[in-house]
Order: sequence, then C-alpha cells, then structure tokens
Amino acid sequence: MRIRALVIRIIRQFLRDKRTLAMMLVAPLLILTMLHLVFNGENYVPKVGFVDAPAVVMEKLDLEDATVKEYDSAKIAKEDALVREIDGYITFNGPIIDKIVLEGSDPTVNGSVMKWIQQATKPLTPSQGNLAVDYLHGSDDMGQFDYFGPVLLGFFAFFFVFIISGISFLRERTSGTLEKLLASPLRKWEIVIGYVLGFGIFTMLQATLIAWYAIYVLGMLMEGSFIYVLLITLMLSMTALTLGTLLSAFANNEFQMIQFIPIIIVPQFFFSGLINLDTISDWLSWLGPITPLYYAAEALRDIMVRGYGWDAIYGNMLMLAGFSALFIFLNILALRKHRAV
Amino acid sequence: MIVSIKNVSKSYGKHKVLENINLEIESGEIFGLLGPSGAGKTTLVRQLVGLESPSEGENYLFGEKMPSLRLIERIGYMAQSDALYTELSAKENLEFFASLFGLKGTHRKKRILEVLQLVDLSDHLNKLVTNYSGGMKRRLSLASALLHEPELLILDEPTVGIDPVLRQSIWSGFYDLKAEGKTLIVTTHVMDEAEKCDRLGLIRDGRLIAVGTPAELKEKTGSASVEEAFLAYGGVQHEN
Repeated sequence: MRIRALVIRIIRQFLRDKRTLAMMLVAPLLILTMLHLVFNGENYVPKVGFVDAPAVVMEKLDLEDATVKEYDSAKIAKEDALVREIDGYITFNGPIIDKIVLEGSDPTVNGSVMKWIQQATKPLTPSQGNLAVDYLHGSDDMGQFDYFGPVLLGFFAFFFVFIISGISFLRERTSGTLEKLLASPLRKWEIVIGYVLGFGIFTMLQATLIAWYAIYVLGMLMEGSFIYVLLITLMLSMTALTLGTLLSAFANNEFQMIQFIPIIIVPQFFFSGLINLDTISDWLSWLGPITPLYYAAEALRDIMVRGYGWDAIYGNMLMLAGFSALFIFLNILALRKHRAV
Repeated sequence: MIVSIKNVSKSYGKHKVLENINLEIESGEIFGLLGPSGAGKTTLVRQLVGLESPSEGENYLFGEKMPSLRLIERIGYMAQSDALYTELSAKENLEFFASLFGLKGTHRKKRILEVLQLVDLSDHLNKLVTNYSGGMKRRLSLASALLHEPELLILDEPTVGIDPVLRQSIWSGFYDLKAEGKTLIVTTHVMDEAEKCDRLGLIRDGRLIAVGTPAELKEKTGSASVEEAFLAYGGVQHEN
C-alpha cells in the first residue's frame, strides 16, 4: 500500500518532467544512431603512389578501391606524402617491389594502405590459391558496430538510468522530502523498493526501446533471442538504478553526483569488453570482474553475436542480480544515516 | 506527560549543540521553543521525531523511548524546509503523504479538503506546487503534517514567511487543534509569537535557560515582554 503510493508518485513526477523522460528514452537512441553511422561509415580509400613502376607490373596489379598516382622519382613522391597528398608510396627495383614508405601519422590509414597493397600486389607473389574461411560466429561482412554494439547498448542503458535515478534520489535528500518520508511510518526498505519499482517501469520501457531500436532499426547483428537481450538490459539497468540511488548518499548536490561519471561510469566502459581484456595491463585488468557492465556486455555478446541462449547467460545474469541485491542492501544501510530505526 | 526529555546532550564532533536538556511537556498544551537561530531548537525537535538520536540521555514520547517506529504515526512533523514535490499539484502531494499514513478512499479525500480549508488553500487544490508562493508552500507543508490527525504536532518554524493576517488565522487553527486535545510543540524565533504559547522553553547556545508560561517568565524577571525576559535570562551576552 505504502509502496504503491510511492510508485504512483514517482510515475506522476516522471510524466510531468517531459524533458527528463525524453533524455531517458530518446538520448540513448540518438547516440546509438550516431555511433552506428561513425562505425559503419564507408571504407577509407587509400591514396597510393607508384614510383618507377614498370608498365608490365602495373598491368598485373589489381588497382581498384584506391587512388593511384604514378611518379618518376622517389623525391617527388616523398614530398607529396609529407604534405599528405598521398598516404604512401611504393618504389620498384625493376619488376620487384623495393620498399613501401608510409606517411604514417594515422594508424587507421596505415592499416588500410597496407591491406590494400597486400591485395593489389597479390598477382606479383606466387599464388597460394584462394583460402576458404569458415566462421564459427559472425561473418566476413560483420562490421565493427556489430561487435561493439552489444557493449554500447548496455553502456548507454546503464549510463542514463544511473544519472537520472541518482539525481532524483539526491533531490529527495536535499529537498527535505526524504526526511519527511522517514518521519512517516514508511520503512526504509519500502523506500528503496518503491524506488526500484517506480523507476523500474521507466527503465523497462527504456531497455525495450533501446534494444528494439538497435536491432530492428539500426540492424545490429542479432543471432540470439530478443527476450534474452531484453532480460539482460533490464537487469543491467537495475544495477544502474540501485547504484545511482546508493551513490547519491555520498553526494551533497547535483554537481557532486555528476562527478561520479568519470570515477564510476567511464572506467566501467573500458572493462566492458570494448577493449580486449587480455590486452589490458595486469595492474588494471582485475577491475573488470567487479563492474556490472563487464557481465552484461559478455552476456549481450553471447546472445547477439554468438547466438547463445539461457545456458550461456544465466551465470552473468546471476551476477547482475547479485549486484542489484547488494546495492539495495547498502541503500537501506545508507538510510540509517537519517533514521536509526 | 506526553514528552519527556531526560539529560539530553548532542554533539557533532567537538561541537556541542545541546547540553543537558531536561524538559517535560504536558498533554494538550501549546509549548513554544524560543531561541535565536543556531540555538539548537531544530536539533531538539528532530530528536523528538526520531530523525536524530541524542549523544547522551533519552527522549520519551507517550512514555516510550524514541526513536520508535510505532510512535511515528502518532506524531505530525513539519520540518523547516517545505519538503514538497514541486512537480506535483497540492492535491497529489497530499494524496501521497496521506497514503503513507494509510489513509484511503473517501476518508483520505475528506481529510485533504479539511486540512486545505484550515490553511486556506482550498482554491489552489489542483495548482502545481512550482507555481505556489513561499507562504503557500509553508501552509501546504503544514497541511501535510495534519493529514493523519496526529496527537502530537511538532512544528519547526511553522509561520516563517507567512504574512501577519494569515499567521493569525494559522494560530487560531492551532487553538482549534488544542481544543481537540492535541499537543503542539512549536519552535520560533519571533517574540510576539511566543506570547501565544501556553508555556515556553527558552533555548540559547544549546542550553535550556528557562521554562514557564509567558506571564511567569515576565514576572520573574520583572520584564514587560518575553523579549526582555529572554534577554534577562540570557545574561549579558550579545547575539551576533
């Protein structure tokens, strides 16, 4: 009964605050769309110079997908590379490649130039035939966005719920209404559960919207079941909700709440599998398993990229549920600061 | 005896806020806690509501030791801050607070209209609290403390920011509550308001320097007003 009153109040407040509602529902979609466009943009077309390449060689090469420029001397090619007219050039010693020189300041460009040169000069080297590749998961047309997507989806669900629930609960503390609740027969656990349920409704809405949009509108790779994606996103949002309200106990104002972003949110992003954890220094990599996003990203990838089901994800789901339960418990303890019983 | 405060001291670190307070408040009286800001009035009443615990000593309400969840329903507390949800209307605020005390249905509706009548806000029932003036918020906050018809009302500076005419009508509301047998504890730093209380406790620098009816306090110090009496008890120190 009392919890229901709290839930109704939170819903009413939310519906009045259109801007916050929009921030929670529309902002993640906007950012995901931008990231989609950034990651799945067109491939880079390298600009490659050929110095003194014999005509017989040029004929053999596969010169598609690049801007090719021929030079008579290496000196001019170098000058062009220095002003970034070209990304690099190849010098020849007769029909054989002498060396490859790259402008070199952008690793992405270096990579795509080297990849192109390997493709283009294949006819010059003894053929290995065409290697057939089988994919256990994914495919050769899987983009970067498809791999990062599940992590980003989890991250933005986490981020927005954390901020909004944290600041709402903080306001309850600073405006004196929390004290008023504590001067009523409302139990401390009822306050926390009321918040979880009240915000949970909007969190559920947000999780569904984000997952639906990413998969069906942006066409993110999706091998598994939508229900599992929803379940994991929702569980993750719950940890964000309970962590946000918990940390609001340690902030005196909205500004201090925002200060938790670089300390609590951003590091999670690094350990969530966006960067391969094996490549992270041992000094830091132990942080991964204590962040909720780590488990969510793992589970979401298992579902969306690898097409796994319940057996693969339930362990990660239990971890997320454990985090939420822990944060709820700590929340109730933190309220003791205001009322001893 | 509805409230009894026994040897209560409170300190935050080295800073002593309350020092050995002993006070008994009778059922059915309007008791005023008078003192300058920072004297410790708010700390004392917050202890009575259970929002703080004393460092030493005990507080008893209805013969039971605070803090206690069972007693909370019998107390109405109005804090110094208005503590309202500004995105919601007056009605929605009151509905919420009433539900916390288990009021429902037609009884809840009836109580909401009654308390709004008392604080003269009946015409602004559906207005959002954001659009309320400071005085209106104060009155709505008072209304929310009365919803569940508590036996003991603890009001922290209830009439700050309320104009004299309305203050008069709110005090007549207090007398009505007293006539119903309720007990009121009111903190104030306004001297003329103190005159309206049945009994007064003068607080200064965390110490209860005198307790008595306004008439007694004036008589003992030979003063013409509560203000003079307060100064007489407070000694030579000056308030900055």
